[in-house]
Amino acid sequence: MKAPVSWIKEYVDLPADVTTEQLTDRLTDLGLKLEAIHSAADAITGPLVVGQVLTMDPEPQKNGKTINWCTVDVGDANGSGDPQGIVCGAHNFQPGDLVVVVLPGGVLPGGFEISARKTYGHVSAGMICSARELGLGDDHEGIIVLPADAGKPGDDAFEVLGLREEVIEFEINPDRAYGLSMRGIAREAALAFAAPYRDPALRDVPEPNAEGYPVVVDDPVGCPVFVARTVTGFDPSASTPGWMVERITHAGMRPISLAVDITNYVMLETGRPIHGYDLDKLQGPIRVRRAVEGERMTTLDGNERTLSPEDLVVTDDSGIIGLGGVMGGETTEMSRATTNVLVEAAHWDAVSMFRTGKRHKVSSEAGKRNERGVDPTICPAAADRVVELLVELGGGTAGPGVTVVGSPPERASIKISDDLPARVSGIDIAPETVVDNLQAIGATVDADADGLTVTPPPWRPDITDPFDLVEEVVRIVGYDQVPSVLPREAAGRGLSRTQRLRRRIGRTLAGAGCVEVVSFPFAGDATFDALGLPADDVRRRTVPLANPLSAEEPAYTTTLLPGVIKAAARNIGRGAPGVALFETGTVAFPVDRGPAPIYGVDRRPDPAELEKLFEALPRQPLHLAVVLAGERERAGWWGEGRDAGWADAIGLVRLLGAELGVTVEPRQANRMPWHPGRCAVLVVDPSTGSGTPVELGHAGELHPQVCAELGLPPRSAALELDLDALMAHAADVVPGPAFSSFPLAKEDVALVVADDVPAAAVEAALREGAGELLESVRLFDVYTGAQIGEGSKSLAFALRFRAPDRTLTESETSAARDAAVARAAELTGAVQRT
Amino acid sequence: MQPEEVDAARDAALAAIAAAADLEELKRVRTEHAGDRSPLALANREIGALPPQARKEAGQRVGQARGAVSKALAARQQVLEAEHEARILVEETVDVTLPTDRMPAGARHPITTGSELIADIFVAMGWEVAEGPVIEAEWLNFDALNLGPDHPARTMQDTFWTAGEGDAESGVVLRTHTSPVQARTMLSQEPPIYVVCPGRVFRTDEYDATHSPMFHQVEGLAVDEGITMAHLKGTLDHFAAQMFGEGITTRFRPSYFPFTEPSAEVDLKCFVCRGVGSGDSGAPCRTCRGEGWIEWGGCGVVNPRVLTACGVDAERYTGFAFGMGIDRTLMFRHGLSDLRALFEGDVRFTTAFGSEL
Repeated sequence: MKAPVSWIKEYVDLPADVTTEQLTDRLTDLGLKLEAIHSAADAITGPLVVGQVLTMDPEPQKNGKTINWCTVDVGDANGSGDPQGIVCGAHNFQPGDLVVVVLPGGVLPGGFEISARKTYGHVSAGMICSARELGLGDDHEGIIVLPADAGKPGDDAFEVLGLREEVIEFEINPDRAYGLSMRGIAREAALAFAAPYRDPALRDVPEPNAEGYPVVVDDPVGCPVFVARTVTGFDPSASTPGWMVERITHAGMRPISLAVDITNYVMLETGRPIHGYDLDKLQGPIRVRRAVEGERMTTLDGNERTLSPEDLVVTDDSGIIGLGGVMGGETTEMSRATTNVLVEAAHWDAVSMFRTGKRHKVSSEAGKRNERGVDPTICPAAADRVVELLVELGGGTAGPGVTVVGSPPERASIKISDDLPARVSGIDIAPETVVDNLQAIGATVDADADGLTVTPPPWRPDITDPFDLVEEVVRIVGYDQVPSVLPREAAGRGLSRTQRLRRRIGRTLAGAGCVEVVSFPFAGDATFDALGLPADDVRRRTVPLANPLSAEEPAYTTTLLPGVIKAAARNIGRGAPGVALFETGTVAFPVDRGPAPIYGVDRRPDPAELEKLFEALPRQPLHLAVVLAGERERAGWWGEGRDAGWADAIGLVRLLGAELGVTVEPRQANRMPWHPGRCAVLVVDPSTGSGTPVELGHAGELHPQVCAELGLPPRSAALELDLDALMAHAADVVPGPAFSSFPLAKEDVALVVADDVPAAAVEAALREGAGELLESVRLFDVYTGAQIGEGSKSLAFALRFRAPDRTLTESETSAARDAAVARAAELTGAVQRT
Repeated sequence: MQPEEVDAARDAALAAIAAAADLEELKRVRTEHAGDRSPLALANREIGALPPQARKEAGQRVGQARGAVSKALAARQQVLEAEHEARILVEETVDVTLPTDRMPAGARHPITTGSELIADIFVAMGWEVAEGPVIEAEWLNFDALNLGPDHPARTMQDTFWTAGEGDAESGVVLRTHTSPVQARTMLSQEPPIYVVCPGRVFRTDEYDATHSPMFHQVEGLAVDEGITMAHLKGTLDHFAAQMFGEGITTRFRPSYFPFTEPSAEVDLKCFVCRGVGSGDSGAPCRTCRGEGWIEWGGCGVVNPRVLTACGVDAERYTGFAFGMGIDRTLMFRHGLSDLRALFEGDVRFTTAFGSEL
């Protein structure tokens, strides 16, 4: 909301020494937040003076235009007192007119510097200005012609044009809809400085009578008050006076025609939207009703609209003539030929206005006010003010008829204890202050032994609850009076176990050289196509968005890999030789349990209702994705570097498992976007979990096509895990380990197995066969080649034996080793190399 | 061998030992002067051939001479070995300025570490960290927070809705704020409640230097007997001081949020100019644009309607709530000009924060 300071001051007598900054500071403290202070003068550097056109000679040009070579008296402003020669392209003036002249050296908005320059065969020493050139609006039809009494040649045009007027732009919150009017802003200013206030909506209005234009309201809930007045004999050629144009423009609206400008002016002044009809186009009585499903009308913006039974419409015998409170219709719109006017000042149900505006995507100055709530008591005053201005400025005659249908809705009073503001704010506020402050905002206050009964003022539809009144009291006392006191908190339990584990996971990955990224969780078919996911892949079953930002990514993602891959490719593209990135975040899988219910808010939903609500939400597990692309270890003076590969990805999973005390086993798998031969599904060792193997996710080398498609170096690796599942298996209380300090006995064995026998299976068999004396087994070499033969591989294991209570003998050790090998032979067909 | 010859052999040996410059030379000296064929060894062997009365004296002389040589050898050996070891250490000197960055460093994201810093400040006060799903029930995101279906504030937050079946609405949104976590907390536990909720939220903003469809918030909620705005102010002042330094406080301005009443905007005293608005040179402070204060977030007393919808006895309990943007806080705390740096994933950005947060 933009408010010229002079307009505010018309209704409030502020102390003379109050600056605009002091005014806006105080208003901000009260809740009308300053957005900016504008002044047209800020963008203009003088000299900008009043000039009187002495001569003008039209000179047709080769390009078809006719320019005027003028001499203009600018008084002593040019230093010589001689007439100034200026070329002007406009034609809407004549000798003797007062105009606005910027002299050489001046600068107009946009940094447009004026100098004496040769043009059309003359030296033009300055410029005669239009409103647009001065930043005063869009009007570029011609130059500004000042009223004859505006001043004399050489006068400062800043003053004459009101360019130094300061305009305050406020951010108006929904609970301060009254701030969308000069009436409301001035009232707050009066409150801020305890200054005298004159309510522009407080005026004597004629009594309603039977001679008014006939109006029937079928829906008094939707339209509680409808006031109609008429003005006849209005001069359609009368132009809007400069002061009104200036104020409307400063307030951010466009001047249109005198009649329309007057309705807008009164709306800005009082906050009450007014609609003017061309009286001659009205046919029969006006009727206000709800629309019938499918009815159509064309609003004055030229759009044809199909209406809903919830829309309030204004009709006459011809049909619908307006979308009530939101926008008028085309058929009865006032034009430049309108001489007879019907003025409508009606109060509309705010919720209905909001819905209609939303349904038809109409945003108008009237709708903005009507949907936030307008003072329902000022319809007669606002209509009367419009009539007054139409008569005064447009030479019309006020019709004798005064139509008033309905009355403002009764206002419910609110009971409040007089110590509530103190109890809520923590400020020591005396009961008298509570009453004073409530009265200061215009409320009626009755005090008795039970407390206060408060009726809020009609311009404050937002105030319905005791706590609303608390805010009113406290904002006047001043938010700066709120003391700073720490509450006495209950004993907290610290971070939860999962919160601690999540931190641990992040730190472990960072410690392993991975950098965390945060990506947008949106995905679509193209995303999944790039990953090569098959058509029936569960990850293609997404939670779709009704209003996605991008048609390419219309759903919440089921996998974090695309975001991390994109970030990795971006780093590589920016010259990084290698990158290890990770992201943790939730993904979503639909549960298809129907819409989530919307409950009332007058009570807590019962447990069954809450359960239904929670069940309707998608499943949202916490995932981890890691992408390892390019150089994992750098080359340097120590030797060669090393690129990341499948083993790094699986290694990270094992590292996390170790960190959380979970034994994670990789098993051969085939799943896009991984390389079909280099992908592991990661399974929690059943012995540490519930007994059934739980799949945590996958890790390995990315498919070559995926790397190529998404701009990653070949052999990039990746993993994606369900962290909720991993954390669910995290070790709880770890029993302290016991270990032997007797000597270690070492046995190394090399076993030849078929290529497709997993090393883990051989290791497990060895472990099983070796018995209790085995302390550890570790694969330290894999050999394939001529000595082994096609289709086989040799796995070398280091077996380490130790007894808890004695030094092992050689025969005990070799017996254990032989048993291990025998078991491996039995289970995996292993043959010991000798 | 004559006595003087023995002495001479001994002296020659001792001189040679003293002159041995390194272990190699000493080894040669040992062979030459103490080996089997050395003069003293030969003299020792001659002793047996001497007449018995001469043996004792000769034996003594030769024995003493050999003893002196042997001792000198041992001493010299020790000195030379020590010198040798010292020389090896000198020779093994490396250039410690060589790079050691074989494995590039990892880092956690400043949004993560910043959220943890905030959480830790509150946990230290006895608060707990509450969490909830990002895809949330419309009822929890709006209705329970006093944002009814026709509340104008619903249009203030442009919401991502999930698609329902056919034309039906899903009743499910991408949460527009972390406030539904507050509602969930009140629905699931009895007061006293002191929780802080950091998390990811969504609004349909176009992506630019200061807007993002996804960003991060932290909200706090306290519900207890006798809670007032003063406790809200005290808590936020403490938070500000912990996050930005002692002496950095907050101020309140009246505002509007459906879930709080009274409501306030929270401004943070500028931690760079400390509220002055300008630097030493007199130029306007760049962090607060000369205002002395930075807009930080919103707060207020929990609207009793919200307490009621969430099953808290609004007659017995009052509460306060506050919320601010984590991304925005990071932006002004670290002087970032473009929000998008947080979401690009450039490792140069993320690693720069180190452990400061």
